Amino acid sequence: MTSTRRILSDLRLFGRGYLRNVAGLFFGLIFPVILILIFGAIFSSGLGGTITLYVQNHDSGPVSSSFVQALNGTGTVNMVLVSNSENFSQYLSAHSASDGIIIPSDFSANYTAGENVTVTVYSNPSQSSSAIVSGTVTGVINGFNLERFGGKAIIRIAQTTANSQVTKYIDFLVPGLIGFSILVSPMFSLVNISSEYKRIKLFKQLSLTPLTKIEWLASKVLFYILLSVTSFLLMVAVGVFAFGAHIVLSPWLIPFLVLGPMFFASLGMLVGTVSKSTETASVVGNIITFPMMFLSGTFFPITLMPSYLQYLAHVLPLFYIIDGLNGVMIYGNYAQATIDLVVVAVITIVVFVAAARLFKWRED
Amino acid sequence: MIPVEISSVRKSYGDLKAVDGVSFSVNEGEVFALLGPNGAGKTTLIEIMEGLRKRDGGTVKVLGLDPWGNGYVLHRRIGVIPQDFTFFDKANPREAVEYYADLFGVSVDPDEILKEVVLDDSANVLFENLSGGQKQKLGLALSLVNSAELLFLDEPTTGLDPNARRTIWDVIRGLKDKGRTVILTTHYLDEAEQLSDRVAIMNHGHIVAMGASEDIIETHGSGERLEVHGTEELAAYIRANTNLEVEYKGKGLVSIRLSQKHDVLAALTAVEQSGLDWHDIHTRRDSLDDVFVKLVSGTIDEKGEIRAENTGENSHDQRRR
Repeated sequence: MTSTRRILSDLRLFGRGYLRNVAGLFFGLIFPVILILIFGAIFSSGLGGTITLYVQNHDSGPVSSSFVQALNGTGTVNMVLVSNSENFSQYLSAHSASDGIIIPSDFSANYTAGENVTVTVYSNPSQSSSAIVSGTVTGVINGFNLERFGGKAIIRIAQTTANSQVTKYIDFLVPGLIGFSILVSPMFSLVNISSEYKRIKLFKQLSLTPLTKIEWLASKVLFYILLSVTSFLLMVAVGVFAFGAHIVLSPWLIPFLVLGPMFFASLGMLVGTVSKSTETASVVGNIITFPMMFLSGTFFPITLMPSYLQYLAHVLPLFYIIDGLNGVMIYGNYAQATIDLVVVAVITIVVFVAAARLFKWRED
Repeated sequence: MIPVEISSVRKSYGDLKAVDGVSFSVNEGEVFALLGPNGAGKTTLIEIMEGLRKRDGGTVKVLGLDPWGNGYVLHRRIGVIPQDFTFFDKANPREAVEYYADLFGVSVDPDEILKEVVLDDSANVLFENLSGGQKQKLGLALSLVNSAELLFLDEPTTGLDPNARRTIWDVIRGLKDKGRTVILTTHYLDEAEQLSDRVAIMNHGHIVAMGASEDIIETHGSGERLEVHGTEELAAYIRANTNLEVEYKGKGLVSIRLSQKHDVLAALTAVEQSGLDWHDIHTRRDSLDDVFVKLVSGTIDEKGEIRAENTGENSHDQRRR
């Protein structure tokens, strides 16, 4: 029953209309690039905020605990203790982190005996946070060496480079703004046209042709997938060439670039179709869109937000898209990306089916 | 096969009976006009026939199908211009025709269709920049794309200038020449009279008269009259001296009903015998306008558009929209 010719014809007509509309073109393709340029320039010197330092303490003696307390007391790092059963480097990678230290099991005994002991420091030399971590750890060790042995280097540092990629702000910004454009264009457009076409009775008119509502919706979804992919390529190009962003391109991105626009096109359709008027639709659309636009990790990583906002972020669909994009493009963390993908796939199917069922060509 | 057969069709919106027991059938190759003031129920009725609205009762057969529930099959075989036809702002007429051809799975020459509705000169103008008449012509062009055997035109010329109206009339006449069946709604009397083989006059959801316009005039009109310009005194004189039904219509016009042939002689004799001043004697029949005004108790404005006098009509109209 579904006809490719009808879908493609509708896609062509809609796409041509979109390209002829300067405002749509601007917001769909140019605006996200401008955002990258602006935010990339503003924050090119790096982000503020506390650095998280992961600590795995294999020693149960008194010296290691005072050592940990001393580290915590510096106030430059936010310490997280890691269970001894974890593989440390895998743990760092899974948490998309690069800074951590391992305290060996003979730490207290050797220190007390005045024998050499080595603390392993994981870091990423090219990252500003790593310098802070190294500085902090070295400072505390020096303090301990000075206090007990008059500056003799009993505690030593073994530097290890963490597997995690160097992450700069621009690396966060590119996936974040790709998510932003996946959200904004299909959502606003579908909210608007689905309520507007209802108002001017264009849907009723289309119902007099063999075009089905599923075909109509499919062509819009296809269009916004194409638009998102175009926008994606533009933003990656600007991120890489203008700011030297570190970005991994992988086939893993494809499902996000397909499901994302499909989700928001369907959600926009749903909002437009259940709202009584164009005005209501626009208000409801904004209520859904704006919090998501800022709280899903679009402009900055959500770890910089207070914890209650981080919880809130976890109920926002865009969070899972951006988290997945971050997982693939920055950290190579495919376990996290898989979870995100499952969440996105499930909500997309639910919303698409709901939109297709509730959307009516005509009234009784 | 009879293209359209409807019987006792009813549709209410709340307490308002928009269509209240309407029955008729439309024959193949016929142009059938539903004529009535705004809010008479024309659009509701035509939308029920198109399968866009569900009826509350009665039977409807369009091309042998019940339109409600068979829309998907029916819509391939009918052409429709809905009231207030509209299209995508950023598409031009050529693209619109190509789009409809793709939707219907037919192959047509867009230029030929646009030429047929005299829109070929604006084939590349975006819809948002077309005039009202051009938009309506595009609507007509799109209803032709699938070469439908039956067309529904809901107020195809409302609000158009005389030239655009004539063009659309010509296209409708062309359709009739090709043997297509056309059902149109209008609130212009001249449109119904000019185009249609039969007219159904609708008011308050009912059909108050139906047939060829001459037949409606014959049945509902007051027959032939002799009109003579003279004073009220003249009218009184004729009334007193003949058995004729005489009416003084004001402004120096005396109207005498002629029910038999020799009435005209009696009337003229009386006029001559009165010795009063008179001039401009002629006979006339009721026009569709006269009949219409009588049937729907409305008036007709300077544009030939019907204005119903009943105030209930307005609330009817608002609820329908």
